[in-house]
Amino acid sequence: MWRSWSFIIILLWIAMALIAPLVSDLADRIQLETLLLSPFQHAPLGTDELGRPLWARLLAGAQTSAWVALMVVGISASVGTFIGMLSAYIGGWFDHVVRWIIDAFLAFPHLLLAIALAAVLGAGIGNLVLALSIVGWVGYARLARGQTLSLRNRYHVMAARSLAVPRYLILWRHVLPLLFAPLAIEMTFGIAGAVIAEAGLSFLGLGVQPPQASWGTMIREGARYILTAPHLVLVPGLTLMLVILAVNRFGDALRDKLDVRQ
Amino acid sequence: MPTSLLAVEKLSVQLTDERKLVDDVSFSMQKGEVFALVGESGSGKSLTALALMRLLPGNMKLSGRVSLAESDLLSLSEAQMRQVRGGRIGMIFQEPMTALNPLMRVGDQIAEVLQLQTALRGSAQRQRVIELMEEVGIPDASERYNWYPHQLSGGQKQRIMIAMALAGEPELLIADEPTTALDVTIQAQVLELLLSLQQKRGLTILFITHDMGLVAQLAHRVGVMYKGKLIEVLAIEQFFKSAHHPYTRRLIANALPVTEFRSPVAHSETVLSTEALTVSFAGRRKGWLLRKQPDTIAVNGIDLHVNKGETLALVGESGCGKTTLAQALLKLVPAKGRISFLNHALIGMSEREMRPLRKHLQVVFQDPYGAFNPRMTVGKLIREGMDSLNVGEPSNRDARVAELLSLVGLEPAHAGRYPHEFSGGQRQRIGIARALAVEPSLIICDEPTSALDVTVRGQILTLLDELQQRMGVSYLFITHDLSIVPRIAHRVAVMQAGNIVETGTTEEVLTSPKEAYTQRLLASAPHRYLQQRLA
Repeated sequence: MWRSWSFIIILLWIAMALIAPLVSDLADRIQLETLLLSPFQHAPLGTDELGRPLWARLLAGAQTSAWVALMVVGISASVGTFIGMLSAYIGGWFDHVVRWIIDAFLAFPHLLLAIALAAVLGAGIGNLVLALSIVGWVGYARLARGQTLSLRNRYHVMAARSLAVPRYLILWRHVLPLLFAPLAIEMTFGIAGAVIAEAGLSFLGLGVQPPQASWGTMIREGARYILTAPHLVLVPGLTLMLVILAVNRFGDALRDKLDVRQ
Repeated sequence: MPTSLLAVEKLSVQLTDERKLVDDVSFSMQKGEVFALVGESGSGKSLTALALMRLLPGNMKLSGRVSLAESDLLSLSEAQMRQVRGGRIGMIFQEPMTALNPLMRVGDQIAEVLQLQTALRGSAQRQRVIELMEEVGIPDASERYNWYPHQLSGGQKQRIMIAMALAGEPELLIADEPTTALDVTIQAQVLELLLSLQQKRGLTILFITHDMGLVAQLAHRVGVMYKGKLIEVLAIEQFFKSAHHPYTRRLIANALPVTEFRSPVAHSETVLSTEALTVSFAGRRKGWLLRKQPDTIAVNGIDLHVNKGETLALVGESGCGKTTLAQALLKLVPAKGRISFLNHALIGMSEREMRPLRKHLQVVFQDPYGAFNPRMTVGKLIREGMDSLNVGEPSNRDARVAELLSLVGLEPAHAGRYPHEFSGGQRQRIGIARALAVEPSLIICDEPTSALDVTVRGQILTLLDELQQRMGVSYLFITHDLSIVPRIAHRVAVMQAGNIVETGTTEEVLTSPKEAYTQRLLASAPHRYLQQRLA
């Protein structure tokens, strides 16, 4: 798994995001004399409609997507897991309310809800993270709730209860570590979802705003020159596709690896 | 000289890394014979059976020779082998719950075998299925043809499995622990059926089991497997009376029923008593009108008591409510009635008030695999209760963990290991150490030995006994296995469908049971055949 092509692409993506701050000057510097050049003429991947080198923009976009994915998955996974575990363990009316809210969220198409939220909250990367997290926590909550429901009747939890271990410690020590495997898989797929949602919202103009680079905005801007300079769309589009594919493949591999039945 | 039906020569099963799971096994079976293959879990007995059918998982290599009445099974093509499986060799598995297709009518599942193995079609086929179902003792067979597996009881499902195995008129029947998953009374009925079918049809049966009682009841010859090797093959009379191999003798010695009963503990103070203890589960709301279904009563007004230093065995079949009763005593499920523990009324007590009492009331669970958090070391697991209940000085606790580990027969150095590094029996020892850590007055043992092999079971029972004598701890010992009751209990309570039907000293209940249900339980226990064989 650690030697597969998908993992290498993920490492490259992270490396790009980490290098990006070093070239941020280049990515934002407008040089109208070199605009819309095709690859290898002036810069390895060509330049965009404002003469900025595409490779630098691509790196900056990687930084945006990685940052958004990290924040969205981090926030929604921790909030969702917390609510899901609590809901299952406390039970009663609290569980009823949580389940009702989860079902209500699940009834909406995710991206549509995120678009509506982004439109209400206004554009910008912070609001984008907020909108995606509000939509995203539900999946983790549902997973954590289901797993906790089955775990809390396991003998080791009963043994802890009969040893008078406090409730918060039971959840922290005896339930949470056993949720790790399914949550890790869900989080990998969550990263892919966040990357594509960020690109999608930015493409619609609801996410990252120019001049900040995002693969979504790059495709949006490039679409206007698709006949004269197709590389403006192709480069970020293919990169986006490769990253999503790699993350999903990695998630599949992780699921196979953590599956106890194998 | 009788004709040999099955001849197995130097059969070996190897993993891809060359480890041998079945090692050079050779034996032969005569027509009409019941050959028992015995051994503990992991000894390779089930793998041997699967190897005969060529049903091994892909990562295992098979070598040797298997001939079934002149045909060499290991050289047949896969298509020819399919004709052998279900045709010339029938097989009954351990788990009737999972061996049937839940979405297919049971009659159709038997008919499928006829479709593949015989020329019967249409109404003749259906008629034959009904005959088979009647033969295995399914009442109203023509009606039940259309039933689904979930509508049948466990015993009936196993009967359907037997009918399926017989449908192809097999020369050889392989039965792999066919009754292990069933209750004793059902087990006795299924065995009687197998025995009568064997005599009527002259069946040749390869019977795989770890239960010496079943061996005594059914087998003509016995093969003993140990760590992949067939160490001894003996006729049944010799097996019980003059086995050579020390392992075989140990196997028999561990299965021996105890005939000496313990005298009840001289009158001492009562540790735990219950009055009219009732546990019911609220019925679900169902249907469009959310009509409430009636409550399920799992424990129905039970009175019992356990004295200091005493073991009370609670005996009953699965589903009788004995585990629910244990959970109610531990206040893990809500209950009504009265529980008096060390002169405190537990029911109505808040978790905060209950806390100091938890120290005195501990539990050991059945499943040694699910009873531990897999991500905590053994030392931490044992220490946890001491920390949360504040037992002993914090600085002494690690030393106490080491002491407890050696007390239950493990190395103190094992404290840093994780539960999965231990065997089932060792884990059960860890469970006992965890319960003992807080110095309880009463330990509820919920089937602590039912997942263990006979020799390990003997060791755990001895350990529990020693601990009782040393520390004066009381046990409520929940079990479905009557054969171990005299080894551990001073008194017995028999539970049926949520009620205690009979209580008394172990000797009274086991030698002169008053209730019909207790009598039936005792009559069904296979170890009585063992006594006959040894007499």
